[in-house]
Amino acid sequence: MDFVGAYSPENLGFLMEGLMITLRVAVISIVFSFAIGLIIAVLRYARIPVLSQLLFLWVELIRNLPLLLIMFFTFFALPEIIRIDLSAEEAVILALVLFESALISEIIRGGLASIPKGQLEAARSSGLGYVQTLRFVVVPQALRRMIPPLVSQFISLLKDTSLGIIVALDDLMHNGQIIYNHDFGYVFPTLILVATIYFVINYSLSLLAGRLEKKLSV
Amino acid sequence: MSDLLDISILIDYQDVYWKGFFITLKASVFALILSFILGVIIAVFRISTVKSLRWFGTAYVEYIRNIPLLILVFVFYNGLPSIGVNLDSFMAGGLGLGIYTSAFIAEAIRAGIQSVPKGHVEAARSSGLTYLQTMRFVVLPQAIKIVLPPLGNQFINLVKNSSIFGVIAGGDLMYQADIINSETFQTVSVYLFVALFYLLLTIPLSLFVNYLERRLARAY
Amino acid sequence: MKSWKKAMSVLVISSMATFALVGCGSSDSGTKDGGSGSKTEAAGTLDAIKKRDKLIAGVRYDANLFGLKNPGTGNVEGFDIDIAKAVAKDILGDESKIELKEVTSKTRIPMLDKGDIDMIVATMTINEERKKQVNFSDVYFKAGQSLLVKKGSAIKSIDDLKKGTKVVAVKGSTSAKNIKEKAPETEVLEFENYAEAFTALKSGKGDTLTTDNAILMGMAAQDADYVLTGGEFTDEPYGIAVKKDDKAMTDAVNAALKKLKDNGEYNKIYKKWFKEDPK
Repeated sequence: MDFVGAYSPENLGFLMEGLMITLRVAVISIVFSFAIGLIIAVLRYARIPVLSQLLFLWVELIRNLPLLLIMFFTFFALPEIIRIDLSAEEAVILALVLFESALISEIIRGGLASIPKGQLEAARSSGLGYVQTLRFVVVPQALRRMIPPLVSQFISLLKDTSLGIIVALDDLMHNGQIIYNHDFGYVFPTLILVATIYFVINYSLSLLAGRLEKKLSV
Repeated sequence: MSDLLDISILIDYQDVYWKGFFITLKASVFALILSFILGVIIAVFRISTVKSLRWFGTAYVEYIRNIPLLILVFVFYNGLPSIGVNLDSFMAGGLGLGIYTSAFIAEAIRAGIQSVPKGHVEAARSSGLTYLQTMRFVVLPQAIKIVLPPLGNQFINLVKNSSIFGVIAGGDLMYQADIINSETFQTVSVYLFVALFYLLLTIPLSLFVNYLERRLARAY
Repeated sequence: MKSWKKAMSVLVISSMATFALVGCGSSDSGTKDGGSGSKTEAAGTLDAIKKRDKLIAGVRYDANLFGLKNPGTGNVEGFDIDIAKAVAKDILGDESKIELKEVTSKTRIPMLDKGDIDMIVATMTINEERKKQVNFSDVYFKAGQSLLVKKGSAIKSIDDLKKGTKVVAVKGSTSAKNIKEKAPETEVLEFENYAEAFTALKSGKGDTLTTDNAILMGMAAQDADYVLTGGEFTDEPYGIAVKKDDKAMTDAVNAALKKLKDNGEYNKIYKKWFKEDPK
């Protein structure tokens, strides 16, 4: 094991470059999976015939497949079905959004369903429209309950960006691989360091979420 | 679609698919048992009255939950040999997957046990039950209802996550798909068929978890 | 701003993909149109390169001597890289007008098909099967498959690969396929890229690693505990791959290679990396 060689300034800088890609992919994917997850959840909550059932099937299908498989699919297979030009980064983002939005929609749906029906009826009978009821009564309450599971989902997403190595996405994990390819003595030190970087980011996220939750519950 | 979906891939390579399927199944069962045992131990640590055990349990859960599974598996596969421990892909993948999942299982079990009102425990203790009896007859029967659905979901995740074996030449479904693909170049068909094999494992599990959820909700 | 644009396109694509996959049946005709459309488009690679004034080459980041990323300088260095730069110089007049993108054996053909890269210069063997998918240039490097073992290994040649021998290889490479034919008794372990494969060999997961001798030489140069053995048991002529049926681009690459060989530049590059004259 060669900790000194593995942690040379050049290598650390190279890992930081990878970290930037990891964060970029994670942030973009989180924003879109949340938006799409919210849309799926609300559409299912509204029980629109046919569409709700189709979305149910879609969510169940995605939930039951490995992310790695979905990522292979968006990178290798999708261009053969519909002609689109996706770079490795875009294919990874698309796979993450497809996968995580399904899981997030389930979290949001659970949150929406936890709001007692009586409140809905009360809001409707006091003259609010359906959309207004959702907007002002159901969603704000539900969001508060959803924060812990949502944040753990975001953390999983950030961790899952590491699977991008299968399509040579130049993220944190991949740059770690490039470094330990140069010397076998670097393998263990590099893996430990990369793990620690993921840990620090994700753990800070979960602490932040804990604080947010406390603030909102008062 | 007809020129994209080539059923002959499934027929010609069915043995390879089934081989991968059974390795995925075997790996999942191995990791499942390991993760359950570790998960119970860590959950007990986390609610223990001994401070150092509690501290260890928390550190374990927080660290494992916040790092990618891929790294854990790489550490077991490529990292451990530098301290003289050489594991094959099945053991390295199984240990990595089992330890990773155990952190989530520990949390599910802990949440279930702590959801039982303190009053029940105190009432049981003051009516003469020992700690173990209280656990056995008062806490666990109530906790299990809350624990089972999230536990089931973790097991589904575990089966899906076993696809990580593909990256360390583990011979599972994902790995075989890559091999078939590099021989046939029928990307769409190869990965669609492998998806079917995964669904064969995960859909029954999902249905079972849904059934449990509904049944336990009614039993309340 | 660029990532924002990317994000928008991903949103559009993910909704498209949702509908395409949910409403699977209706995509029949679209697929075929798309297929033929891309072929006419394929012919325009050379124009596209000239228009954007930059050549995008798919290269390896993890093969010493051919294409290796240096974490210190951020540069990718190797024989393939120099050849790719020389082609860029011939087409665009400046060797710096090149962009390198990392490919693996598994990802290179899909990336070429999708138009992510204009050409593949990544230790790619010319063979009949691949000719159905891409156009190859003339041979620019002659390699042969060989074995890499730890010093003192009992494996001396391909005949020593018996039942129970574990052979490490890379997914999607010709060497993985060849070894299964030539030594069917062995267990072949295939990895995502050369970095993972070599790490697996070093951590004792396999008894030998097989791929082209030139790549193995690069590995042996990185770690003195490993040596080549068994000679060359296949011919692996490397070619630069461009899009299928894109004759203009194929001709341009061939013209560039010919010029390199004629003016002695090729010999210089070869000697720089392999310390000997071309065979």
